[in-house]
Amino acid sequence: MSDVCASHVPAAARTAQAAPILPLSVRDLALRFDGATVLDGLSFDLSATGCTMVMGPNGAGKSLLLKLLHGLIRPTAGTIAWGSHDPSAVTARHALVFQKPVLLRRSVAANIDFVLKARGKDARRRDRLLDHVGLGHKARQPARLLSGGEAQRLALARALATDPEVLFLDEPTASLDPASVLAIEAIVAEARNRGVRIVFVTHDTGQARRMADDVLFLQGGRVAEHSRAADFFPAPRSQAARDYLDGRIVV
Amino acid sequence: MMDALGLAVQLVLSGDPDLLEIVLLSLRVSLTATVVACLIGLPLGALVAVGRFTGRNAVLIVMNALMGLPPVVVGLLVYLHLSRSGPLGFLGLLYTPTAMIIAQTILIAPIVAALSRQVIEDLHAEYAEQFRSLCLTKLQTVQALLWDARYSLLTVGLAGFGRAVAEVGAVIIVGGNIDHLTRVMTTAIALETSKGDLGLALALGIILLVIALGVNAAVQSVRMTAVRQAYV
Repeated sequence: MSDVCASHVPAAARTAQAAPILPLSVRDLALRFDGATVLDGLSFDLSATGCTMVMGPNGAGKSLLLKLLHGLIRPTAGTIAWGSHDPSAVTARHALVFQKPVLLRRSVAANIDFVLKARGKDARRRDRLLDHVGLGHKARQPARLLSGGEAQRLALARALATDPEVLFLDEPTASLDPASVLAIEAIVAEARNRGVRIVFVTHDTGQARRMADDVLFLQGGRVAEHSRAADFFPAPRSQAARDYLDGRIVV
Repeated sequence: MMDALGLAVQLVLSGDPDLLEIVLLSLRVSLTATVVACLIGLPLGALVAVGRFTGRNAVLIVMNALMGLPPVVVGLLVYLHLSRSGPLGFLGLLYTPTAMIIAQTILIAPIVAALSRQVIEDLHAEYAEQFRSLCLTKLQTVQALLWDARYSLLTVGLAGFGRAVAEVGAVIIVGGNIDHLTRVMTTAIALETSKGDLGLALALGIILLVIALGVNAAVQSVRMTAVRQAYV
């Protein structure tokens, strides 16, 4: 898995790595654990730009889908094609922000320094990245004493430090207050406008409306609907999405 | 008994040069052994913690079993290697502080490796997915884990030092308890007790306890600072 991470491929071989990884094409994707099918027959395409909001009830397979696309786990069946690449070959060209940020037991600044150094990036970018997410004044503080919103902004800065072409976010604002949610959304929107492809898992319908260019709605390990945001919110095609948006219990 | 205690306090307070020599040699031998054991044990523990290879369970069992190595057995094995007729006899190390350092290193390196393996494995469970997402190499992963577990590993090193400085069986075999050359606190205590010179024995015992308390207090205060910063 990580042995094929592109950042560690010798420079000579990197020409091939520079080939575009977008659009994304997913065909007949399936994932089974111990005989239980958690994802089944997913097929969809993601365009080269924009923000895709992945929605659906708990257990629909949203987080697992992100990890499959990111190359952290391998599918049981089906194909994921980032351009002509397998996900595990382009993991280094993505970044993933988890619901619960995993921060190193170091200062705020050292959390960014670590990634910049590990990935061979310019160390001088650290202050700019921290200012960008509003944490410049907390650079010297221990990262694990940050509030939930600050910790998630640091996780986001760390993800952006790797210059990702695709940014996955797995419910990054699930337990944050409204001001922190808006701060995160502003940073993500800015990245999107710079051309970073966003794939964002959320349960927050308001957030989905604010951010989405298109919506991928999962239910029971299948794609219930993949629509443009302008079509999805006023008139979802699938019964599952209609029930979900209306606040009816979907299982 | 009270006389002996009085003599002990007097010896400590007067800064008796023989006493000082014994204490300093003890510290030199055991601290050096601890440092070397950490240089070997920490990377080994980290590699086993992070690695997934066949025979890993066997390695874990052996590592954990070696924690209980009897010091006299280690002393005997080192003696056999370093004695004049042994394979390393030409080095002329028997009955030198270096021989004592080697024996103590062998004794505590498994402790450092086994305990650090547990500490690092727990931390890795938390970091693993994030690190794979960041595409870190194995080496970068191990380095980061060792650094982030530094305060817990300090306690691991302390456990090793505690075992080394309190141990008598190995150093008496390979060191020989030679006055002014290889006499350390534990071997001196054993000797003085058998001679009936309880004063010096008690004085050394008191110093050994104070050193143990002092080192533990220092590490504890470092750890508490780290806890306040959520670095543990």
